[in-house]
Amino acid sequence: MRSQKLIASIVIVIASHASYAQSATSTEIQKLQNEVAAMRSDYEARIGALEARLAAAEVAGESAAPIEPAPFVQPPLAKPGTTTSGNEFNPAASLILTGTYGQLSQNPENYQIGGFIPSNGDVGPPGRSFRLGESELTLSANIDPYFSGYFVGAFDGDNGTSVEEAYISHVGLIPGGTIRFGRVLSAFGYLNEIHAHAWDFVDAPLALQAFFGGQLKDDGLQARWVAPTALLIEVGVELGLGDQFPGMDRQKNGANLAMLFGHIGGDVGFSNSYRFGATLYRSRATQRTYDDLDALGMPVTNAFTGDTDMWGLDFVWKWAPDGNAVAHSLKLQAEYFHRNENGSLTFDLNGLQDATGNYDSDQNGWYAQAVYQFTPRWRVGARYDYLDSGTIDIGLVGSGALSAADFPILTDHDPSRTTAMIDFSPSEFSRLRLQYAWDQARFTNTDDQLLLQYIMSLGAHGAHKF
Amino acid sequence: MNRWCVLACVLLSVGVSTPALAALNVFACVPEWASLARELGGDKVSVYQASSPLQDPHRIEARPSLVAQMRRADLVICTGAELEAGWLPLLMQAAGNRNVQPGTPGYIAAAEYVDRLEIPTRLDRAAGDIHPGGNPHVQLDPRNIAKIAVVVSDRLAKIDPPNAAFYAARGEGFQTRWQAALSRWELEAQPLKGMRVVPYHKDSVYLINWLGMVEVMDIEPMPGIPPSAGYLAELVQRIQRDGADVITRSAYTDPKQPRWLAEHTHVPLVDLPYTVGGTPGAMDLFGLFDDIIARLKQARK
Repeated sequence: MRSQKLIASIVIVIASHASYAQSATSTEIQKLQNEVAAMRSDYEARIGALEARLAAAEVAGESAAPIEPAPFVQPPLAKPGTTTSGNEFNPAASLILTGTYGQLSQNPENYQIGGFIPSNGDVGPPGRSFRLGESELTLSANIDPYFSGYFVGAFDGDNGTSVEEAYISHVGLIPGGTIRFGRVLSAFGYLNEIHAHAWDFVDAPLALQAFFGGQLKDDGLQARWVAPTALLIEVGVELGLGDQFPGMDRQKNGANLAMLFGHIGGDVGFSNSYRFGATLYRSRATQRTYDDLDALGMPVTNAFTGDTDMWGLDFVWKWAPDGNAVAHSLKLQAEYFHRNENGSLTFDLNGLQDATGNYDSDQNGWYAQAVYQFTPRWRVGARYDYLDSGTIDIGLVGSGALSAADFPILTDHDPSRTTAMIDFSPSEFSRLRLQYAWDQARFTNTDDQLLLQYIMSLGAHGAHKF
Repeated sequence: MNRWCVLACVLLSVGVSTPALAALNVFACVPEWASLARELGGDKVSVYQASSPLQDPHRIEARPSLVAQMRRADLVICTGAELEAGWLPLLMQAAGNRNVQPGTPGYIAAAEYVDRLEIPTRLDRAAGDIHPGGNPHVQLDPRNIAKIAVVVSDRLAKIDPPNAAFYAARGEGFQTRWQAALSRWELEAQPLKGMRVVPYHKDSVYLINWLGMVEVMDIEPMPGIPPSAGYLAELVQRIQRDGADVITRSAYTDPKQPRWLAEHTHVPLVDLPYTVGGTPGAMDLFGLFDDIIARLKQARK
């Protein structure tokens, strides 16, 4: 419509000028010539002024800079003309290579966290002798103006592969909001969200091993919102499949895992910063099995069916003189986990003695650690782990149908571990670590663990979480 | 569950009821851009400086307070060229602020608007922590500041149209004063031409290039790799052989090794501010260059 009107008006203007010229007299022509002359002198004055300004700017140097970015000089990675658009759009890629040497006083095959239903996950130290750790491949890029993608695949030393994380992220649907969907490291507590290669010790705290089988990952949706305040106030929710211990894939519609979390964080002066966090978690399990021995020492498979409710508190404090962590820094970190499992426990599932009774447990665990960088590139650290098997009510034992000896793994026990480490980072991309631990997770026998570890990162410059 | 609902509602109402402050929130990654934003925005902007001059800009943590500030920012001014690669992407992800993502008018990567030096022809970490986009420490050439100021003024006007005329006038005033100062500095720094400099890190190349000085060698064997005792001993010999007028150290670097080297070579050590606030004299961008030139000239005597 608009263009039609425009054309029409142009036609009218041209037509009127044509008729005007035809009727023009010589005096009118003279008048026009005067006007044109006046206009010309006006323009000449303006151009002169502009030229003067330009000259002044040139004299002043290169200050009249272009508004557009200076053309980025592409490093000659490939010959011009041989790159394809597919290559140009390659995502940022990085690869983490890790490995350990272990000297353990106890056989890692019989590692056990006494007093807790086994998580059947990644529990215990890396094995004896030389072991290749996880090789993590990370790829990430913006997908389009709306989404970005992030993938971490892990190749473990036993030639198995797993998808550690694979999620799509969207920023700012509402101001302060971030949404992730796919597989995400759960935001339960502080350490769980951090990839193993960025941990300060070789292995996960006992609490993470006992309650999540190492690290909680979930397929689902995570939404976060940051409040518009000077103090960091962040709340978030996670909904997902919940197929990982203590949940399981129940082949049901809806979400089997639900989580709420919140963080508060800020600075104290230039040198200190902190973050507090709290988490609520719920998942369900149907016949989640584990292996144990009965009172006669015969192997049986037991199964838990019911709800798992957890809550946790986490705290991190970092100090560096004037905030400059190059030479000296201190990091204090602690987390507390509480778990209630309520439902039923089946003894000798599908076996001769198959019997089911109530099950109600209240268990908790915590760890606290400190890592101090005493000189550039060198850090020392200490960690203490403690788990309390708490109270476990087994209906079958209470009713007298079975004895406590039929559930040896649920015998009252407070596993603990003391760990010391020293590491050296030749550059931002490499780290060598020596760690010693006195591990009392088993019911008997302390495991003296000496571990040597390397963590190397190649490719894109990674960013590290607080 | 109900308790959590209440908490969420309270937080939401806090968020909604916080009045939109009149001033534009500017998040500056490093002190030089904070100072520039104050020069160009005056009282129309509220500037948050994410790091101090005593912090190594490569090694800043993605602290919770930075996430909170990034969340509220209307304009983010950083250096780019991967200087902030270790922390800025995390803030961008965590803060949920769509208006300041790279590629939007709310984000300025200052180094993109100037000609960068030392763009590597070979990208290999065996050469240390090199930046594919070239040396990112662009603020130490005042001619770069002038170029970046044009961009910042332009963006301020774009994001805050009601005050566009104010930013334009203020920008023009700054450019006039800056050009006058630039002429003065270039005159004052004449005696520094050809001065042989040994910086700790490759963070002074733009300064050295501008003033026509000579970077004899660095104390770091490679960018981001601290020198070993053996390498320092080797440096003493090399400095004595090649000759140097001054060893320089930026405010954020550990003084131990530069001091040791100065003692053993009898070459004067000069502490340079590197950025605004790095020395007591470098109170703003003008003071930064006044102080750098004064300190270098002092050592030249």
